Amino acid sequence: MSEKILMKGNEAIAEAAIAAGCRHYFGYPITPQTEVAAYMAKKMPKIGGTFLQAESEIAAINMVYGVSSTGKRVMTSSSSPGISLKGEGLSYLAGADLPALVVNVQRGGPGLGGIQPSQSDYFQATRGAGHGDFHMIVLAPNSVQEMAQLTVKGFELADTYRMTAMILADGTLGQMMEPISLDFDIAPAPAKPWATTGTKMERPHNIVNSLFLKPEELEKHNFLRYDRYRTIEENEVMYEEYMMEDAEICVAAFGIASRVSKNAINEARKQGIKVGMIRPITLWPFPKAPFMKAAEKVKAILSVELSMGQMIEDVKLACECKVPVTLCNRVGGMIPSPDQVLKAICDLQK
Amino acid sequence: MDKRILILAGHYGSGKTNIAVNLAMNLRREGRRVAIADLDIVNPYFRTKDSLAELEEMGIPLISSEYANTNVDLPALPAAMYSVVDDRNSSFVLDIGGDDRGALALGRLAPRILEENSYEMILVANFCRPLTRNPDSLVEVMREMEAACGIPFTAVAHNSNLGEATTPSDVLSAVAKAEEFSRLVGLPIVFHSVRADLYPALKDEIPNLFPLNLQKKYY
Repeated sequence: MSEKILMKGNEAIAEAAIAAGCRHYFGYPITPQTEVAAYMAKKMPKIGGTFLQAESEIAAINMVYGVSSTGKRVMTSSSSPGISLKGEGLSYLAGADLPALVVNVQRGGPGLGGIQPSQSDYFQATRGAGHGDFHMIVLAPNSVQEMAQLTVKGFELADTYRMTAMILADGTLGQMMEPISLDFDIAPAPAKPWATTGTKMERPHNIVNSLFLKPEELEKHNFLRYDRYRTIEENEVMYEEYMMEDAEICVAAFGIASRVSKNAINEARKQGIKVGMIRPITLWPFPKAPFMKAAEKVKAILSVELSMGQMIEDVKLACECKVPVTLCNRVGGMIPSPDQVLKAICDLQK
Repeated sequence: MDKRILILAGHYGSGKTNIAVNLAMNLRREGRRVAIADLDIVNPYFRTKDSLAELEEMGIPLISSEYANTNVDLPALPAAMYSVVDDRNSSFVLDIGGDDRGALALGRLAPRILEENSYEMILVANFCRPLTRNPDSLVEVMREMEAACGIPFTAVAHNSNLGEATTPSDVLSAVAKAEEFSRLVGLPIVFHSVRADLYPALKDEIPNLFPLNLQKKYY
């Protein structure tokens, strides 16, 4: 086993991105993700990379568009209000079929909100990052080690499917420190024959663009993009099941909420309550099949979220409301306690 | 360590705040009048304020920004920080932010701290952290902080740890790095610190070992 190192979640993202071959980072500081930028500022100049603090989040995402067009691995990171600003750029990246890694270390909202953790950008990440028909691959780590691993995975998925992969973390995961291994298996980046690297007079021009003058042509691009999305839904779903074998109650939770829930489940099991958990790791594509399967044997599903109830809609859709799905939540930068989740589990058991 | 002002500085996650709280409590137990001043302007989380209840109970005043641990990330300093140099009847433990910009806040007090000349400027070293994994990279961090605050370091506190997962061998294997660093910069190691529960296993292995009670977490 490789040597362990004590890292903040934000630092782990930056280190993993560098390991994955990212040499271009553009961003703008915002708590609680600023360590990503600070780490890049320290490291990039030493390895021949580029760190640039842009004049705004909007500038940063458009710099990502530019570098991605040349076929290089590139990323930006921000926190909730900053991701809202990037919305236009995310849509343009989708329209031009460009790969990129975008990190959202969520904080309380709406508006300027606060600097404490939140999961209330779930809808934004899985449905409404910007205008037009498009998706991002949304990856939800729940540990510092996964912050690193899913960053590497995010670059690979982005390149494979020519789209944005988003790491949807939160202030807790960004700030907490855990010992991790930096021993990654990094697959070589795929060839990018579409990249604008200069023709050397040997091939026709490549054009990266999201504007199509003929509606028929724009429609065709949308259809083709959604064919690709179906492939992703078939092949790239990731989730973790915990104590689901004999479960009569199923907890649905991702990210930091899944760690709180795990403590509550362990306590409930001591009291003889048969409860388990499905933890989505990809939020898009959402792990529909395990929830459908669970709905055939559990009597209720409890969605534990740091939001007013966003993922719960996907859980209901996935299990087609075959069992009651209820919410256990805290918002505005607050985190549910294991006791609160335990009480919600006990209430369902009655 | 018998100086009036003990300044704890070091890179993010080196363990400055835990050491500052422990040192202040130990001084108080010896009957000294001591206050702790949190001058961190770069990190709004994991502050001395986490130990407010314990510090108050022991009669250790905490000088801290009213915005620490709130929903506002203002790089604000408390006006009461001037008592560090004004109130010479009290000892002070200072907790400084984790990089050169954090150390800049100390610069405001530097001329009078240097003039009085009763201080230790202690560099907290954790070789398990990514940007200070070896003595050379720690020298770089150290020089940046000195340049920002205008006070040269006088000592090293070695605090290599992996958080809750730390094992005695993690600490032991880092001792050589601490000693190499000490030689490199010509500063003494005032102590090696370990989490209190690891102290029994290591006290005969490492000289000058300081048991550390970690701040309670309420979340």
